[in-house]
Amino acid sequence: MARFIYLDHAATTPVDPAVVAAMIPYFTEKFGNPSSIYAPAREARKAMDGARDTVAQVLGASPTEIVFTGGGSESDNLALKGAAFANRHKGNHIITTQVEHHAILHSCEYLEKRFGFRITYLPVDRHGTVDLDALQRALTPDTILVSIMYANNEVGTIQPIQEISRIVKTQGVLFHTDAVQAGGSLDLSMDKLGVDMLSLSAHKFYGPKGVGVFYVRKGTSYWPQQQGGGQERGRRAGTENTAGIVGFATALKLAYDRLDSYNAHASKLRDKLIQGISRIPGAYLTGHPTNRLPNSASFVFDYVEGESILLSLDMLGIGASSGSACTSASLEPSHVLKAMGVPIERAHGSLRLTTGKDNTEEDVDRVVEVLPAVIERLRAMSPMAGAGAGTPSGQ
Amino acid sequence: MYSDLVMEHFSNPRNVGEIADADGVGVEGNPVCGDVMKIYIRVQGGRIADVKFKTFGCGAAIATSSMVTEMVKGKTLDEAMEISNRAVAEALGGLPPVKMHCSNLAADALHKAIEDYKSKVKA
Repeated sequence: MARFIYLDHAATTPVDPAVVAAMIPYFTEKFGNPSSIYAPAREARKAMDGARDTVAQVLGASPTEIVFTGGGSESDNLALKGAAFANRHKGNHIITTQVEHHAILHSCEYLEKRFGFRITYLPVDRHGTVDLDALQRALTPDTILVSIMYANNEVGTIQPIQEISRIVKTQGVLFHTDAVQAGGSLDLSMDKLGVDMLSLSAHKFYGPKGVGVFYVRKGTSYWPQQQGGGQERGRRAGTENTAGIVGFATALKLAYDRLDSYNAHASKLRDKLIQGISRIPGAYLTGHPTNRLPNSASFVFDYVEGESILLSLDMLGIGASSGSACTSASLEPSHVLKAMGVPIERAHGSLRLTTGKDNTEEDVDRVVEVLPAVIERLRAMSPMAGAGAGTPSGQ
Repeated sequence: MYSDLVMEHFSNPRNVGEIADADGVGVEGNPVCGDVMKIYIRVQGGRIADVKFKTFGCGAAIATSSMVTEMVKGKTLDEAMEISNRAVAEALGGLPPVKMHCSNLAADALHKAIEDYKSKVKA
């Protein structure tokens, strides 16, 4: 059988062999606890300090502004809860968007329901871009924190973070961005972005799972959310995941050293997917037509359900993803597509293909070749595909 | 996540299609929820002589639709009314728990088709 075609790099990526090689010594001979004083521990401490310097360099930040965490969701939770609790004496209002990852949305819900914070969820336009006028209007003297994602995980739309930053900072409000999906393909210069806090996760850019970064600008007021030993300068307790931290830094450096060629490759394949799949009757590109992640191609299809598309592709040896209700534990279709105004019936038929460094033109050609028949077969089974089936009706 | 039998029915669904001038038609589900099942029956001598389905939905929705059409062919109307959603899921070797409610409605659609037939006969 032909090799499996993996087109779900927004879900996770394989760890780069160079990253694995860099990590291995810290499981075995350099296994020491970085807080201990003997030689193997000092090796671990040195590696961790080096990793922190590397990350700081890529971000144009100071090493003291980098906190290693257990992943993107933890960084998001830390940013939201940490900043909300520490700044409550200044105000009770938080602004985010309707299209955030659930690590942000559910943290906001928690702050709202359990602690009485007031949350504004900003709308987006049909391409998923946040409404800056709505942001402007939502900011009040009571606002203490704004959290807006850098790029959307479902539809790939990139938010105008620099503009948002300018608007937010003129009001003296803290600004956090969830950059988990942007890490490894978009500019992470902290001074250019102007954010106070940022979340990253290694496994989105060929690093290991279970390790993330919380960038926090010097002078930002927030409360640590995990108490224990004084690791990470008291900002995130728990014995450090030395191998994971080394893996994070190695992967990040690799990603930003090869950024241009990676993005060129990923976007070339993405564009082939978009061109090929957009030709299928009743298929619609979701997200911004141009201002989107280099590797992300996302669609909805009339009269077919997303999970059925995924199962069919899996049987053909192709791995993809969908925001469909049937692929999640909830019964709601994607909150992102809903916020973008995609009709609910159509939102059930979503498909996301995200390219990566190991994909080839043959991979995407194969998808473009087999997908029309998959959609056609499912539509032939669908009671909703009547006379109007396949007539593009705009979006 | 799905049993081999579910995947087999998903890949090769039995009795897909419509019956022109069907004796009964039943629809269950809602496009907003992501599952719509439509079942057509032909009744002869008090038995289900032919049955076809059309379904919009996930793998479980398609497989349960296919399975219920296999289970019901040749059955009397009373026997057919006794086939439950649970029995269809069991015949498929079980479904993931999250699918038991949202996508396991094929027997309900069948029952609606039988009721449709009965109401037409009465009229």
